[in-house]
Order: sequence, then C-alpha cells, then structure tokens
Amino acid sequence: MLDVIELSRLQFAMTAMYHFIFVPLTLGLAVILAIMESVYVMTGKEIYRDMTKFWGKLFGINFALGVTTGIAMEFQFGTNWSYYSHYVGDVFGAPLAIEGLMAFFLESTLVGMFFFGWERFSKRQHLAITWLMALGTNLSALWILIANGWMQYPVGAEFNYETMRMEMQSFAEVVFSPVAQVKFVHTVSAGYTTGAMFVLAISSYYLLKGRDLPFARRSFAIASAFGLASVLSVIVLGDESGYELGDVQKVKLAAIESEWETQPAPAAFTLVGLPNQAEQRTDAAIKIPYMMGLIATRSTTEEIMGLKDLLVIHEERIRSGMQAVELLTELRAGNDTAENRAAFDLVKEDLGYGWLLMPFTDDIPNASEEQIQLAVQSSIPKVAPLFWSFRIMVGCGFIMLVLIAFAFYHSAKRTEQIPPWLLKALLFGLPLPWIASEAGWFVAEYGRQPWAVGELLPTSVAASSLSVSQLLISMVAITLLYTVFIVIEMWLMVHFTKKGPASLHTGKYHGEALATTESSKGA
Amino acid sequence: MEYEVLKFIWWLLIGVLFIGFAVTDGFDMGVGSLLKVLGKTDDERRVMINSVAPHWDGNQVWLITAGGALFAAWPPVYATAFSGFYLAMMVVLMALFLRPIGFDYRSKLDNPQWRSNWDWALTIGSSVPPLIIGVAFGNLLLGVPFHFTEILAIQYTGSFFALLNPFALLCGVLSLLMFVGQGSSYLQMKTTDQLLARAQQLSQYLGLICAALFVLAGLWLWLAIPGYVVTGGLDISANASAVNKTVAIEAGAWLANYGRWPLLLLIPLLGILGFLGLSFFSWRKNGWAAFISSSLALSSVILTIGVSMFPFVLPSSSNPNHSLTMWDATSTQTTLMIMFVVVCIFVPIVLSYTAWTYFKMRGRLTTADIQNNSHSLY
Ligand code: HDD
Ligand code: HEM
Ligand code: HEM
Repeated sequence: MLDVIELSRLQFAMTAMYHFIFVPLTLGLAVILAIMESVYVMTGKEIYRDMTKFWGKLFGINFALGVTTGIAMEFQFGTNWSYYSHYVGDVFGAPLAIEGLMAFFLESTLVGMFFFGWERFSKRQHLAITWLMALGTNLSALWILIANGWMQYPVGAEFNYETMRMEMQSFAEVVFSPVAQVKFVHTVSAGYTTGAMFVLAISSYYLLKGRDLPFARRSFAIASAFGLASVLSVIVLGDESGYELGDVQKVKLAAIESEWETQPAPAAFTLVGLPNQAEQRTDAAIKIPYMMGLIATRSTTEEIMGLKDLLVIHEERIRSGMQAVELLTELRAGNDTAENRAAFDLVKEDLGYGWLLMPFTDDIPNASEEQIQLAVQSSIPKVAPLFWSFRIMVGCGFIMLVLIAFAFYHSAKRTEQIPPWLLKALLFGLPLPWIASEAGWFVAEYGRQPWAVGELLPTSVAASSLSVSQLLISMVAITLLYTVFIVIEMWLMVHFTKKGPASLHTGKYHGEALATTESSKGA
Repeated sequence: MEYEVLKFIWWLLIGVLFIGFAVTDGFDMGVGSLLKVLGKTDDERRVMINSVAPHWDGNQVWLITAGGALFAAWPPVYATAFSGFYLAMMVVLMALFLRPIGFDYRSKLDNPQWRSNWDWALTIGSSVPPLIIGVAFGNLLLGVPFHFTEILAIQYTGSFFALLNPFALLCGVLSLLMFVGQGSSYLQMKTTDQLLARAQQLSQYLGLICAALFVLAGLWLWLAIPGYVVTGGLDISANASAVNKTVAIEAGAWLANYGRWPLLLLIPLLGILGFLGLSFFSWRKNGWAAFISSSLALSSVILTIGVSMFPFVLPSSSNPNHSLTMWDATSTQTTLMIMFVVVCIFVPIVLSYTAWTYFKMRGRLTTADIQNNSHSLY
C-alpha cells in the first residue's frame, strides 16, 4: 500500500508533469506569435496577420489548460507539503509571489488583449501587447525556476532553531544562483524548441496535403529558423546543466551516469548500460573514454566522484546529523546555553542528514547501526530510471537537431518541393520535444531525491499530516478531471488543425468555398 | 524599517490582495454564476461571457498572487490553512479548473449540448469558490482545530464535515451572494436591453439580502461566538514562532477592537451602506454607482473580518496558544522588506496597465455585436 509521502509525491509529480505538457508550448508559441506579428507590422502583408491569428487560436486552446493546471501548482505546496512550506517559506515563497506580481499579471492581462484587442488597438500597440505577453511567460519561467533552483541547491539561507525554519540571508544569492540560471536558459529554450516543432509539424501536414501552401511555407520558414537556434541552445545549455551538476549535485550526476566507482580523471562516459542498484555496478556498459570528464568538469584532470564514495560521505554526515538532532532537541527544550549553541552550529549543516533516519526510527540520536545503513542506502535515488530518462532526453534532442537542420536547409534554399520524407518525419516527430521535456524534469526532480530541499529537508519530512484516504480522494478526482480535459483539448487541437486557417473565416483559405452552414457558424 | 511596522504593512497588503480578488475576480465569478439565471438565449449568454472575456484571467491573478503572498509573508498561515482545509481546498481548486477552459472552449463549437455543458462548468467554477471561501472565513472566526508538534509540524485534527456548521454556511452564502451582486452590477455597465433590465432587477434584491445576512452574521458573532485574546508572551518586534505566547478564549472578544477604537465601526457600517447602495442605484438604473457601492461593500466585509480578528489570522481552537497572529506568523524582516519593495514597484505598474486595458475595452456589448463577430468572440 502506498503511504502518505508516496501519494503526495505521486500527486505532485502527476500535476507538475501535466502542467508541463502545456507550459513549453505556451513559452515557444508566444515568441513565435510575436515574431509573426512583427513581420506583419513591418511588411503589412495580411497573411502574416492571419498566421498570428491562426497559430494564436491553437495557442489559446493550449494556454487555457496551462492556466488551469498552474492554479493547482500554486496551492499544492501548502496543501500537500505543509512542513516544507513552513520550513522554507521565508526563502521559497518570495520568488513565487514575485512571479505572480511580475509575470502572471502581465501575461494574463495581456492575453485577453491579444485575443480581443485586434480592433481596439493600433497595429503597433497590438504588437507591443504580443511581445509583452511573451515576455510575461518568460518572466514566469524565470521566477519559478529560481524557486526550483533553490530547492535543488539552496543558497543564501541560514537555519534558525528558534523559529525552526530556513531564513533568508541573501536574496541576491538566491536570484543569481548558478543552478537557477542554467535551468532557466535550458528550460526556456526547451520551450522554444517545442513551439518550433509544433509549427513545423503542422505546417508539414499542410504541405503534405498540398493545401494552404503560402501560409504553410511561411510558417515553416519562421519555425525552422527559430527552431534551429532553439535546439542548438537547448543542447549547448543542457551540456551547461551537466557541468553545473558536476559542481553542485554530484549525486544526481553520478546517478545519471550510473557511476558507482570514482573514476580516475578523465572519466569515461557510459553511453548505454544496465544499472544494477543491488550490486552497485553497471552491467554491459559501453563507454566513451574522456567524455564524462569533459562534460562535467571541463578538464581532463579532475576526478568525478562515484556513488560508492558518495555513500561513504553520506554515512559520515548522517552520524553527525544524529548529533545535530539531539542538540536541536536540547536547544528547543530550553537548554539554549552558549555551549549547546556552539556545538549545534558545528553540526547544523547535517541536520537534514540526521532527519534521513526519520522513516526508520523515532529515536534518531540513538539509531541502531542497521537503521543507519538503511538511511545511507536511501540517501541516493534509484539509478536506472535516471540513467534512462537522461538518455531519452538527449536522444530526442539530437533527433530534433537533425530534423530541424534539414528543415532549415530547405527553407533557406527555398527548395521548390521539400522532400516528403522530411515532412513526414517532422509530422511524426511532433511528440519529441514533449518526451524530452518530461524526461528532463524527471531527471531533475527524481534525481533530487531523497531531498525535497537539497541536503536540508528530506522529502519524507516535508509532507502535510494528511490521511491516505484524503490523498486518494484528491488523486482520483484530479486524475479523472485531467483525463477529461486532455481528451477535449486534444480533440479541439486536431479539429482546428484540420480546419486550418479557414477557421478564421476570412474567405481566403483551403476549404472555405465549401463552407457549410455548420462550419461557418462555429467560432 | 521597524519589524513591527513591516508586519503591520503586510497585514494591510494581504487585505489589499484579497480585496483586489473580491472586487475584480468577484465580478467575473458573479457573471459566471448567473450565466444560466440571467442569460435566456445563447446570444445573451455570450454577451455575458464576452463582457468578462478579456479580463477574467488577469482578475484571477489576484487570487494566485494572494496565495503567493501568503506563502512569502505568512508561511505558517499558508501551510496551515491549505493543508488543514485540504479537501475543501481541493474542491475549490477543481472548481477553478473549470473556468479557464470553460471560457475558452465553450463557443469554439456550435453544438448546443457542448455549450450547455460548458455553461454548467462555468456556473460551478464561478459559484463554488466564493461559497467555500466564505465557509472557510466563517471557520476562521470560530477557530480551527490545529496545533504544532515539537519540530513545528502542523497537525490538523478537524474533519471536512465539521467545516459545514451553520455559522460558516451563513458566511458562505453571504460570500456567494455578494460575489453574485458584484457580477450583476458589472453587467449593468456592460449590457443592454432585456439582460440589463434583468440584472437591475436582481441586483436590487441581492443588495437587500446581503445587507440582512451581513447584519445577521454580525449579531451572531457578537452574541454567540467567543473570540480570542492574547494574554501574554507576545513580543511584536521579535522573530519568533507562533508557539510562545498564551491566548485565552473570551465571549465577545471579536468585538473588542471596536470598543477600543470606536471609529472602526465605520467599516462594517460602510459595508451595510454599500449593500444598500447596490440596491438603491440598481433601482435608479445607475450601473456605475451600483458597481462602486457593491465594490465598497465587498471591501468593507473583508476589512471587517480582518479588523474583528486583529491581530489573529488563524486562531486555533484545540490549542489556543498556537494560534497564528500577524505578529508571530510572519516571515523574517529581510523577506518582508524585500517583498515590500517588490510590491511598491510592481503594484502600481500592474494597476496602470490593468486600468488601461479596462479603458480600451470599455463600452456595452449587444447581441448584435455577438452575431457580427461570431468567430472572433468567445
Ligand atoms: C518553465 C516554465 C514553468 C514551470 C516550471 C512552471 N510554470 Fe506555471 N506556468 C508557466 C511556466 C511554468 C507559464 C508558461 O507561464 C504558464 C503556462 C501556460 C500559461 O498559461 O502560463 C504557467 C501558468 C501557471 C499559472 C496560471 C497563471 C495565470 O493565471 O496566468 C500558475 C498559478 C502557475 N503556472 C504556477 C506554477 C507553479 C506553482 C509551478 C511550480 C511548481 C509552475 N507553475 C511550474
Ligand atoms: C513543471 C515542471 C515540473 C515537472 C514536470 C516536475 C516533476 C516532478 C516530479 C516527477 C516529481 C516527483 C519526484 C519524486 O517524488 O520522485 C516532483 C516533485 C516535486 N517537485 Fe517538481 N516538477 C516540475 C517543476 C517544479 C518546480 C518549478 C518546483 C518548485 C518550484 C517543483 C517542486 C517540486 C516539489 C515540492 C516536489 C515534491 C517533493 C519532492 O518529491 O521532492 N517542481 N516534480
Ligand atoms: C541534447 C542534449 C541535452 C543535454 C546534455 C541535456 C542535459 C540536461 C541535464 C543535465 C538536466 C538536469 C538538470 C538538473 O537536474 O538540474 C536537464 C534537464 C532538463 N532538460 Fe535537458 N538536455 C538535453 C536536451 C534537452 C532537450 C532536447 C529538451 C527538450 C526539448 C530538454 C529539456 C529539459 C528539461 C525541461 C529539463 C528540466 C529542467 C532543468 O532541470 O533544467 N533537454 N537536461
């Protein structure tokens, strides 16, 4: 049977991954819409306005579910992770609130003007609205990833035993955290890639069908240029993420690589293999010499620590964490002598490691050897899922690079007939950016386990004191609703894609001469 | 800035965010709740939906930002309220899910069944949240059963059904009806003909009913619901957790602040006048004045709750000493200061572009507008 912690994790994972089905498309399409509308304002050609409006319709269908699922995220920290919220709210709440004030207001207020303001604003004003809306989505990504970056790698905060929470020391350190920065650029370019692949795939569909050719060619051209820049940056910046991990999240990096032993520098990169957690080794590994060292340390001389050595370090820290827990109890019981405080200050960095024992014993300071060993084993995530999802993400990235590069080549050369195999590949490649993004988040979040906040707060301590039945009720209800929503959303997407720009009812596009009374009334 | 001054400013700012939510999202929720009540034909319902279509999303951000601000400024309140009221919160969230897609998808197809289903979705999505938020505020006044453990983990010991007591339900109904009144007064500014006449009619009743319910709730509070008072151990300028003070439960304590500062009585009084103004101006067919009165009433009701409970925000009925107050449930001085600066910069910016969009979208909508722009409107 699942317990409260597992159910809470499952619910959060499910709602977050669902939210991130819509987020990347919003991020990418918003920018593409702004580019298309800019071309319209610069050239005055109506077809570019129609492009903005048609892709805008699809954008709207997606955006609605982005907002819906975002609402759930905003409140779930409080509902499901109340200890977490209390423990780190002083630091973590700030970027979330700033996101609302700086980004959500902007994007949500202007999205209404984007759709309903075509007649009420001048051309230039409307263009400004579209760009500001795109800016809003990007700012939203920035602040939420600052928040997420902090829970991956908490900086600029200090534990206060009197208030039992992390307290902000330096906001600048939180905002300019290197982890947050690499996450932001990698995630945002993943979004841009998603937008580009979406427009490319649907344009390819029209080109294959031989319909709305001028419209599809122009959309294809914009998306392939934008897409090439995006996919290159997502790959380069993904590599940057790997480098950053080598610095600050060594466990995650080692798990992604299924590196059990510390390798002498420069380390080899395991291309594929079968991670074996029980025996702590990787079977049937195919390795590329030097690669890993280069990715993670940018040098040929630094070592990369393997999981076995990391576990040894964890064991030491858990033992010191046991003292921290004991001293904390003393301090909170009123024994806050200078001596106790000084002793606590020495070990308080390891308090979270002490709490890793929470699932195994009620009496942490006197945990048995066996319990300590269990906690040590729980201090690293399962390796195989991480190992494979990382490779899925990277694989998708390289396939998209190839596809988009070809698309760009043909569109730049203005080839008369783009080869049908490429169009088909682009059409069927549509799911790739989503698979990559979900795999990427899985790596980032599952790879953070067992920590809710890196090395500070174990996930098992972070949850609310709910009952299993409460969680089951909410899970079942959310799952049902989300399933209905996505079915409707996909159906509408397909419906409007098939109608194509004719759904604008300008009288200029494929199928409009045939328009029946039925389709001429629908919006 | 002094820590206690900052704490007080944040108490006001949280109030401002809730008022922003009630006044703006209030009217689109009101309109959504009335969809099946006032809109007799599809075109009329589309007039109603399109009167709020450009704005509802921006309005809803007041609620989202209020959530974020609670998290940043009062983390224990964010954590306790939302995990304590878990299932109620889930119902609110799920109702809120229905709105964005309802607005956006409803008119995308011409099928009457499709549209009618989404009309129900919008009705539920717009009426359930104000109802439950009202019930939650009612329960705050009654006290909520929770306490903290040694490491300050929150233990909630109540049940979902205990939330549904008579006083809280009264608050829920008042909250729903005042949102509906906000919606129907908004429609008086944005619609014409039959729809306008119906909105004027309905608003007249709503104003009177809300005034009566508000007075009733006030009397109930005064006569039958004990309040909370801090009796010691509270250092308002300290960075302390909420478990160090002592608190007593006393009859009539929720009205003590009015005894101490009688001028505060103006706030509930303005609430009553606002509701009556809603009725009066709707009768005089002055939509603008009706909307302003209704907004005034909503703001006053929220302030009344805040002032009555001050300094409490989340009293604990099972261990009163663990009650959360605006002095001891806040973030650190550093965080409050940073967030205060952010608010000073961004709230004026948000207000100015929001005002600009309302200005550009001003004017009444008719059913003819809907028919002529059938494809570009919701
Ligand atoms: C990298 C980007 C990204 C990530 C990781 C998240 N979001 Fe998100 N979110 C967006 C990017 C975004 C967006 C692009 O800005 C959305 C998506 C579609 C949309 O309407 O805006 C959005 C919408 C959105 C909304 C609705 C806003 C509105 O009404 O306009 C809320 C409340 C949240 N999100 C909250 C969250 C929370 C609490 C998250 C963390 C757990 C989260 N999002 C992860
Ligand atoms: C939208 C993109 C995101 C996706 C797809 C995603 C995915 C996941 C997954 C798969 C888990 C489960 C990990 C596990 O328990 O094994 C998880 C947990 C969690 N994530 Fe994310 N995440 C996203 C964004 C974020 C962001 C931006 C934050 C914080 C700002 C965040 C905070 C959390 C928290 C608090 C948990 C639960 C506690 C935990 O398991 O540590 N997530 N997420
Ligand atoms: C091809 C080379 C790529 C590399 C080397 C790479 C590398 C990485 C790494 C190391 C992480 C984990 C970061 C962390 O845990 O902090 C990550 C996360 C992620 N990746 Fe990739 N990635 C690549 C391609 C892609 C592609 C093509 C996409 C999507 C279009 C993508 C989307 C994501 C997302 C959404 C995350 C989670 C957010 C984050 O942690 O930054 N990645 N990537």
